[in-house]
Amino acid sequence: MRLKRPSIPYIAWMLVFTLVPIVLILYYSFTDRSGQLSLEAFSKAFGYTDVFLRSLWIAFISTLICLVLAYPVAYFMSRQKKSVQNFLTMLIMIPMWMNFLLRIYAWVTLLQNNGPIDTMLSFLGIHTQLLGNQNAVILGMVYEYLPFMVLPLYTVMSKIDFRLIEAASDLGANRIGVMRKVVFPLSIPGIISGITMVLVPSASTFLVAQYLGGTNDIMIGDVIDKIFWSDNHTGSAIALVLMAAIFIFLIILNLFGDEEAIAE
Amino acid sequence: MKKYLSILLSLVICAACATVFAGCGSGGYEGEINVYNWGEYVADGSEDYEDTVELFEKEYNIKVNYTTFETNEELYNILSSSNSAYDVIFPSDYMVEKLIAEDLVQKLDYSKIPNYDKIIDRFKNMQYDPKSEYTVPYSWNVTGLVYNKTMTDKKPDSWESLWDKDLEGSILQFNNSRDAYAIAMQLCKINPSTFTKAEVDKATKKLKEQRPLLKKYVMDQVFAEMENNQAAIAPYYAGDIYTMMTNNKDLVGVLPKDGSNLFVDNMCIPKNAQNVDGAHKFIDFMTSPEMSAANMNYITYASPVKGAEKFLDEDLKNSELVYPPDEYLDKCYTFHNIDDETYTYMQEQFVKVMS
Repeated sequence: MRLKRPSIPYIAWMLVFTLVPIVLILYYSFTDRSGQLSLEAFSKAFGYTDVFLRSLWIAFISTLICLVLAYPVAYFMSRQKKSVQNFLTMLIMIPMWMNFLLRIYAWVTLLQNNGPIDTMLSFLGIHTQLLGNQNAVILGMVYEYLPFMVLPLYTVMSKIDFRLIEAASDLGANRIGVMRKVVFPLSIPGIISGITMVLVPSASTFLVAQYLGGTNDIMIGDVIDKIFWSDNHTGSAIALVLMAAIFIFLIILNLFGDEEAIAE
Repeated sequence: MKKYLSILLSLVICAACATVFAGCGSGGYEGEINVYNWGEYVADGSEDYEDTVELFEKEYNIKVNYTTFETNEELYNILSSSNSAYDVIFPSDYMVEKLIAEDLVQKLDYSKIPNYDKIIDRFKNMQYDPKSEYTVPYSWNVTGLVYNKTMTDKKPDSWESLWDKDLEGSILQFNNSRDAYAIAMQLCKINPSTFTKAEVDKATKKLKEQRPLLKKYVMDQVFAEMENNQAAIAPYYAGDIYTMMTNNKDLVGVLPKDGSNLFVDNMCIPKNAQNVDGAHKFIDFMTSPEMSAANMNYITYASPVKGAEKFLDEDLKNSELVYPPDEYLDKCYTFHNIDDETYTYMQEQFVKVMS
């Protein structure tokens, strides 16, 4: 009993701000304008399948790049002295103190025609359109969500007992072997939570594509935003399908994680 | 030492909170009104501009709680689905029609708004409020074209230029279904004031033809795109084009020869207003020539108030873009309210075009 009481505010919060909205989304998805039970919203939602798949693809690629970039950084951080670790963590956090939209604006300025990067490249004789394509969108996403990959990885890696690594080396494992057989398996929980924290928000993100992408890069988050202007039902249905897709992916991811852990 | 410091700090924070809360109380005001306006739509005291809301507070000793919205639809959702109590709102023409039809706004007592006499006749008895019972116009404007003269040799003068293949990849379009469809409909010889689903389909086809030529669908981003020479041509609201032109001398604003959308933003009082008397005072105050001019100097839209020209910036007053001649206004149309079904259909088709 004593343990439960402090959790009441949290439970109340969950009920009011998580459960109720989800129930509302469910309600809207399965009804039409007149309030009748209907699957019309879903049939309309599937009209956006290509945007939907494109968003998942962009999110997937962004997550992968984040993972590849963040893994060595997190490992490096976790092997430093405690004071250096704190300093590095802060460096990772500082960009997040600034508003998300402002950071995207900054990228627009950096990448635009005759902007600093474009000017520099034209000096080298490279003339290319940096903004308004899928690569720019992925760049923006990676920039936005990289800290969310680094931090969980770092947290898990800094708990790895250094003696295990020493022991592996003593028993004849080379550096690659140590990484493959010791560090990687022990860091799987960090990888999973990192992927979760990057993939989920990036699949549903909006505005990034509107600012950095062109007319062909609109994402499902933008569609939901626009649809909600006039039609809550279709908007809810798309949101629900997105939630379901992410949920299934996370279940698979976690199963994979468990198996790995058992195999060890 | 650290302990004392933290105690001291928490005391400071408490004191700060206390002052803030004290400020939130009546603070010597005789009443308060809740005003719900478009973002960036009132002179706010920055740079050399007046702070018209503060002037009102001083004049009448009424506190103004000022909040903003971005679209007419957002305003509608707030009014229709929550019991928030606003005293003054600023809907556009077609939204006024909808709000009146759904009984969400109340009739005004024009005897409490003596400045109403100064409204230019053209803006009285508009079709959305034919007997002038619910509205006092706040500002008006038309949609126009802006192009960068260093990026095209032609002199665009029609909406058709937004479909110009020579400008492929540097054309912008409204990221707002009603405005984008209005342009497409004009070119398809459909009246954008009011239309049917079949007419939406025709315009959709036109918009689909345009999409491969576009750089982007934009709203506020249009400022950065045009001012930084990132795009060659865009449709937007004339008052905003005027602002862009002051920030980039290569930009040219034109009124399309096809005519365009004349829109009027109005002040209204919602049905559930708490301080109806204060709301009338606010509306009257903002309709005086001085205050109207002060606000319009800031937002660079056109004032519907006679006598405001005396207080307007010289350049703004003489701009044909912001104050088109009467002959041009006669070629313009205003939006009517569209029934929910057609509106939803248009919005849906627009998202399809974009995605």
